[in-house]
Amino acid sequence: MNKENLKYTKTHEWIGIEGDVAYIGVSDFAQSQMGDIVFVDLPKVGAKAEKEKQICVVESVKSAFDIYSPVNGEVIEVNSALSDNPALINQEPYGNGWICKMKISDKSQLDSLMDFKTYEEFVKTQAH
Amino acid sequence: MIFEKVPVFSKSCIIVLGGDMSHHTTVRKTHLNDIHKKYGGKLVDFHGWELPVQFEGIIKEHMTVREAVGLFDVSHMGQIFVDGKDARKFLDYVNTNNVAKLKKGEGVYSHLPNGKGGIVDDVINFCLDEERFLVIVNATTSDKDYKWFVENSKGFEVKISNKSDDYSMIAVQGPKSVEIMKKFVPELLNYPRFGIVEKEVMGQHCYVSRTGYTGEDGFEITAPHSIIADVWEEFMKLGKDLGVKPCGLGSRDSLRLESGYLLYGSDIDDEHSSYEANYGWVVKLSKPNFIGKELFEKQKKEGIKRKLTGISMEQGIPRAGYKVFKDGKELGVLTSATYSPSLKKSIGMGYMPLGLNIGEEVEVEIRDKKMKAKITEIPFFKGGVFYFKLG
Repeated sequence: MNKENLKYTKTHEWIGIEGDVAYIGVSDFAQSQMGDIVFVDLPKVGAKAEKEKQICVVESVKSAFDIYSPVNGEVIEVNSALSDNPALINQEPYGNGWICKMKISDKSQLDSLMDFKTYEEFVKTQAH
Repeated sequence: MIFEKVPVFSKSCIIVLGGDMSHHTTVRKTHLNDIHKKYGGKLVDFHGWELPVQFEGIIKEHMTVREAVGLFDVSHMGQIFVDGKDARKFLDYVNTNNVAKLKKGEGVYSHLPNGKGGIVDDVINFCLDEERFLVIVNATTSDKDYKWFVENSKGFEVKISNKSDDYSMIAVQGPKSVEIMKKFVPELLNYPRFGIVEKEVMGQHCYVSRTGYTGEDGFEITAPHSIIADVWEEFMKLGKDLGVKPCGLGSRDSLRLESGYLLYGSDIDDEHSSYEANYGWVVKLSKPNFIGKELFEKQKKEGIKRKLTGISMEQGIPRAGYKVFKDGKELGVLTSATYSPSLKKSIGMGYMPLGLNIGEEVEVEIRDKKMKAKITEIPFFKGGVFYFKLG
């Protein structure tokens, strides 16, 4: 996915829209802060996701991190490649490191998210 | 994902990710702080010390130490010097292991028993000379250890000095550390594990010992603050062709756990004995007298009820504080746990009842889910030269 076309949350998830389907992942900043990712506790297909509520957990060597849904919706597919190779999130956070696909219930919720430029500025305030 | 205070290494340790360290007024910096920044270290608050959790990444640093050589800033560790006519006798009294038999240049890993069935600290005692000893103690316990020594020194002719604030310390660890040793401190090559030499380095008096916390060969240098940054850069230079890398606390923790080394405050404390920690080999009942000897004799005779026990799991990452179950019944709580980069699976340990067999299936509760685990022998990884044999 082109990171410049994605929308971002303050909790460092991204969402990318393709037709009726949304891809969800974590930002490059997020993966760099988490460090080496060694396990992804993927959501279940069919799970109802709620904006700003936990949808899954990503574990690095040093700690576990909650991942929050950017919008309301339903999980329709998970990236099972992460089961064998969770480090894909470190390597390609905007590509093969996507976490799940969702059917969005309310597209207007996207408006409250940051675009790439705004998110880049936001990250600067978060970094050391 | 929210970066907030997340526990790492142990229940009592809090690190802050993505936060600004500057508003933590109580955080102490080591004299390698600028060096860590120069090499891109990710600094965190570790028990009140600002130290790098990682540089390039925990897994890469971990494997560098297993295969080549890595440098660690361990300046937070403490140094207590014990001098005098009774120094040897005194240290033998406050330690479980045999300090009395140490010759000049020898060292021994040991526990300081609290006389109530627990442990004040785990330390390394070095004999610098007939009446001069150096005790390397843990960061958070150096004041406690010093007080404990002073309180128990009545009747002994000793001078006890806590010099923890005067020294910095670097650990050089990994199979290729020997190549750096050859150039930097060749005299140490003649010493076995726990050997120590005193040496002038850059015009300063230093202590260099063949010790570490990784399971690999290596050495640690205790040096005055004034030269420590130059010593670090010297090691980087000497190790350049060997693939040397700066390493952080993250890999230090995964390396020590793989090798079965204990973390004071997590795996051992004032409530658990050396026998329960499965470190009975550090208790020398043949010694004439030491603090709590009768309690150890009693435990040895009557047996213990719980023991530090290893688990491993193929799926899921266990953490300190997670519970272990067998047939729905709680066996215990993990005191240390992590992903093991060498074994590519998860490992952990905690106090559990006796009678569990290696390979026996148990479960670890991870976020309300019970995940499969197996009782596993400690040390988990035996590839290193110097893993501790438990029992």
